[in-house]
Amino acid sequence: MELYTYLRQMADSWGLLYMMLVFIGVVIFAFRPGSKEFYETHARIPLDEELKDHDK
Amino acid sequence: MNHSIIEKNGTLLLVLSLIVVSIGGIVEIAPTFYLENTIEKVKGMRPYSPLELMGANIYKREGCNLCHSQMIRPFRDEVERYGHYSLAAESMYDHPFVWGSKRTGPDLARVGGRYSDEWHREHLKDPQSVVPSSVMPGYKHLMRPLSVPNIASHLKANVVVGVPYTDEQIEKSAEDLVAQANPDADGAEDVLARYPKAQVRDFDGDPKTLTEMDALIAYLQMLGTLVDFSTYDAKANFR
Amino acid sequence: MDPLSTMFALAASLFSVILALYASSQAEDFIFGFHMLVFAAAGGLLILYLARTVSFQQMTEKGEATYSDGIIRYGVIATLFWGIVGFLVGVLIASQLAFPSLNLDLEWTSFGRLRPLHTSAVIFAFGGNALIATSFYCVQRTCRTRLAFEPLAWFVFWGYQLFIVLAATGYVLGSTQAKEYAEPEWYVDIWLTIVWVSYLLVFFFTLLRRREPHIYVANWFYLGFIVTVAMLHVVNGLAVPVSPFSSVSYSAFSGVQSALVQWWYGHNAVGFFLTAGFLGMMYYFVPKQANRPVYSYRLSIIHFWSVIFLYIWAGPHHLHYTALPDWAQTLGMVFSIMLWMPSWGGMINGLMTLSGAWDKLRTDPILRMMVASIAFYGMATFEGPLMSIKSVNALSHYTDWTIGHVHSGALGWNALISFGAIYYLVPKLWGRRELYSLQLVNWHFWIAMMGIVIYASSMWVSGIMQGLMWREYNADGFLVYSFAETVMQMHPFYVLRAIGGLLFLIGGLIMVYNIWRTIRGEVKVDQPISQVITVGA
Repeated sequence: MELYTYLRQMADSWGLLYMMLVFIGVVIFAFRPGSKEFYETHARIPLDEELKDHDK
Repeated sequence: MNHSIIEKNGTLLLVLSLIVVSIGGIVEIAPTFYLENTIEKVKGMRPYSPLELMGANIYKREGCNLCHSQMIRPFRDEVERYGHYSLAAESMYDHPFVWGSKRTGPDLARVGGRYSDEWHREHLKDPQSVVPSSVMPGYKHLMRPLSVPNIASHLKANVVVGVPYTDEQIEKSAEDLVAQANPDADGAEDVLARYPKAQVRDFDGDPKTLTEMDALIAYLQMLGTLVDFSTYDAKANFR
Repeated sequence: MDPLSTMFALAASLFSVILALYASSQAEDFIFGFHMLVFAAAGGLLILYLARTVSFQQMTEKGEATYSDGIIRYGVIATLFWGIVGFLVGVLIASQLAFPSLNLDLEWTSFGRLRPLHTSAVIFAFGGNALIATSFYCVQRTCRTRLAFEPLAWFVFWGYQLFIVLAATGYVLGSTQAKEYAEPEWYVDIWLTIVWVSYLLVFFFTLLRRREPHIYVANWFYLGFIVTVAMLHVVNGLAVPVSPFSSVSYSAFSGVQSALVQWWYGHNAVGFFLTAGFLGMMYYFVPKQANRPVYSYRLSIIHFWSVIFLYIWAGPHHLHYTALPDWAQTLGMVFSIMLWMPSWGGMINGLMTLSGAWDKLRTDPILRMMVASIAFYGMATFEGPLMSIKSVNALSHYTDWTIGHVHSGALGWNALISFGAIYYLVPKLWGRRELYSLQLVNWHFWIAMMGIVIYASSMWVSGIMQGLMWREYNADGFLVYSFAETVMQMHPFYVLRAIGGLLFLIGGLIMVYNIWRTIRGEVKVDQPISQVITVGA
C-alpha cells in the first residue's frame, strides 16, 4: 500500500478516534467533580489584583 | 495528566500549544509537496520569458491580484465566461501564486489573446474610456521605461526556488528582455526558440522604448495560452 | 538599563546604522535604498536616546512596587493613531470603488496600492498595537509582576512601529510580495521576525516570573496567539531575494503549494491574530469591566484548546473549487464547520459573565460595547462556517459577501472589544478617576453600530446579488449578464458601504476626542445615561 493511502486510513480511523478521546479527556478533566472551587479561584485572579498591586 | 501542571508551568503551556497548532499544518500542507497528483501532467507549461516575468512583477506591484482572480472554477457559467477551468499546473511557476480572492473585475486566467494590444493599452491608461462602467484605476504611469538593473539575477533567484531556467536562458536574459518587445532586434527569433509560444512584438505602440506597459501586456497576452488542452487528459489527472 | 547593557545597545545600534547606510548606498532600487535610510534614521534616533540616558551611577531597583505602564500608555496612543489612519484609508478606497476618479490617476493613490495599506493598518497597526498594549497590561496584573526585560519591551513597541512605517511606505511605493495580509517584502519580514521573537521573550519571561501560582486563561490566549503568529509568519514569509540589495523577492513556494501555505497563514491570521489574541482581551477586560469573574473557567479551558487545535486546519476553505486537491478542500470545510462549536462556547462564556448583572448594560456604555463585540464574534463565527460549506462558498467566493463577513468580524468584534478595552484602560493608566464623558462613549457606540450595520448589509446584498448575476442563464441557455453589467449594479451598494465606513470613522474620532480630554484630566458633567436615552427615544 502506498504510504499516503496508509496515512489517510490511519488518520480517519485510529487518528480520529485518538483525537476524539483526547478531546473527551480534556472535557472530563475540566469538568471533573470537585474542580469547581479549584477553578473559581483562578477565575478570580483578575479581580483580586488591586489588593496585591503594592505588596512586594 | 494533571492539568494544573500546565496551568502552573508556562514552558509546558508554550510547548503544548505549539504542538497542537502544528498538527493541522503538517497534515494538510506537507502531502501536497510529495503527492504526485497535486499537479497535473500537461504539455506546454514553461517558465516565463524575462519580459513576461517582469510583467508579472508589475501585475503584483500594482495589486492587480486584489481585484482580478486567475482561477477559473469548474462551474458551467465560469467555464463559458472565462474558458477551461484552471489547472494547478498553470500556476506552477508563479512564486507566489496570484489566484486572487475577489472578483471586483473579471477573471484573467485566460485573458491572453482575447483582446488586442491596443485595447489593453487604452484600457490600462484609461479604463473608463473603453469600459464605461469600470471601477478600475488608470495606469498612465506604465508608459515609463522598464527599469531592471539585473534581469539575470531575477532568473537565478527563480532557479533557487525551483523554476527550471537553463543556463542559456539566464545568460541571454538581458537580450531576450529587449528582443521580445522589438521584432526588429537581433535575436527576436531566439526568444521564440527559448520560450515556445512567446509573443514577440511591440506591445505598447512605442517601438523605440521598452516600457512597463510592454512587460505587463506581454504577460497578460501570455496568460492561459501555454497549456495545450488538445492533449490534456482530465480523467488521468482526476484528483 | 545598567551601563554595560547601555554601552552594548549603543554599539549594536551604531553597527546597525553603518550597515543600513552601506546597504542603502548599494541599493538596486529606490525602495530598498529609501528603506535602508529609514532604518539608519531609526538607529540614529536610538543612539541619541541612549546617549542621553547613559548613566554610570548604580541603578537602584526602583519602581518594583508598581507595574511598567509607560509602554502601555504609548501603546494606547499608537492604537488610536493607527486606528484612525486605517479607517480613513478604508473610507478612501471604499469611495474609490464607488467613484473611480478618486484614484487620482496617480500610481501612489491607486486602489491596488492603498488596499494593503488599509488592511495592514487596521489589522497589524491598529489591532497589533491593541494586542501588544493589552497583553502587557493583562500579563502584569494577572501575574502580579512587572514586565521582564523592560528595555526589550520598549524595543518591541518601537520596533513594531518601525515595521508598520516600512510596510506602509513600501505599499504606497509599490513594494509587495502580493500575498494578502503578508505583503511586506523579505527584509521587512526579517525585521518583524526579530521584533516578534522579542515580544514572545518579554511575554513568556513575564509569565515565568509571576507571583501567582496559576497562569490566568487570558494569558494562554495571548501566548497561543504570539507563538502561532511567529510560526505562520516565518513559514509563509520564506522567500529568495533577487540580491541582498534589492527589495524584490520570489516566494519559496509556487502555485498550489503557495496558495495552501498562504491561506494556512491567512486564515490563521484571522484565527490567532484576530481571534485568539482578542479572546485574551475578552477574558481579561470583560470580567474587569463587569467586576465579575468569567462565567465558567472550565469552559474557557476547553475553548482554548479546541480553538487553537481546530483553527489551524481551516485555511483551505479559502480555496474551494480551485486547483487545490479535493481532499484538502474537504478537510478545510469539515474543520471550519467544527469551529462553530468552540466559538459559540466562547461567546456564551463571555456573554454569561454578565449573568445576574445585566442591568449594568443600561448604565455602562463601555460594557455595552464589549457585549456587542461578543455578539458580533458569535455572528461572525456562525457566518464563517456557513460560508465554508462548499455549495455556499460557490456563490459567496469572489464576491462582496466575503468583504461583508470580514468587516462584521473586524469592525464588530475586533474594533469594538479594543475600544472597550481602551475606554477601560485610559483612566487607569493616566490616573484619572473616570472618563471625560460617558455620554460620548454612548454616541460612539451607536454611530459605530449604525456604520457596521450599513456596511455589512450593503455588502451582503451586493455580494449575493452579483454572485447570482454571474451564474444567471436565460431561457436560450446563454449567460444573461456581461461582467461589466454586474459591476454597474454594484454602484449604489458601494456608495452605501462608504457611508457605513465613514460613520465608523466618525465614531473613532469621537473616541479620540474623548480620550484626549480624559488624558488632560477633564471631566464633563453628563446627564445621567438613562435620561439621555429617554430624550433620544
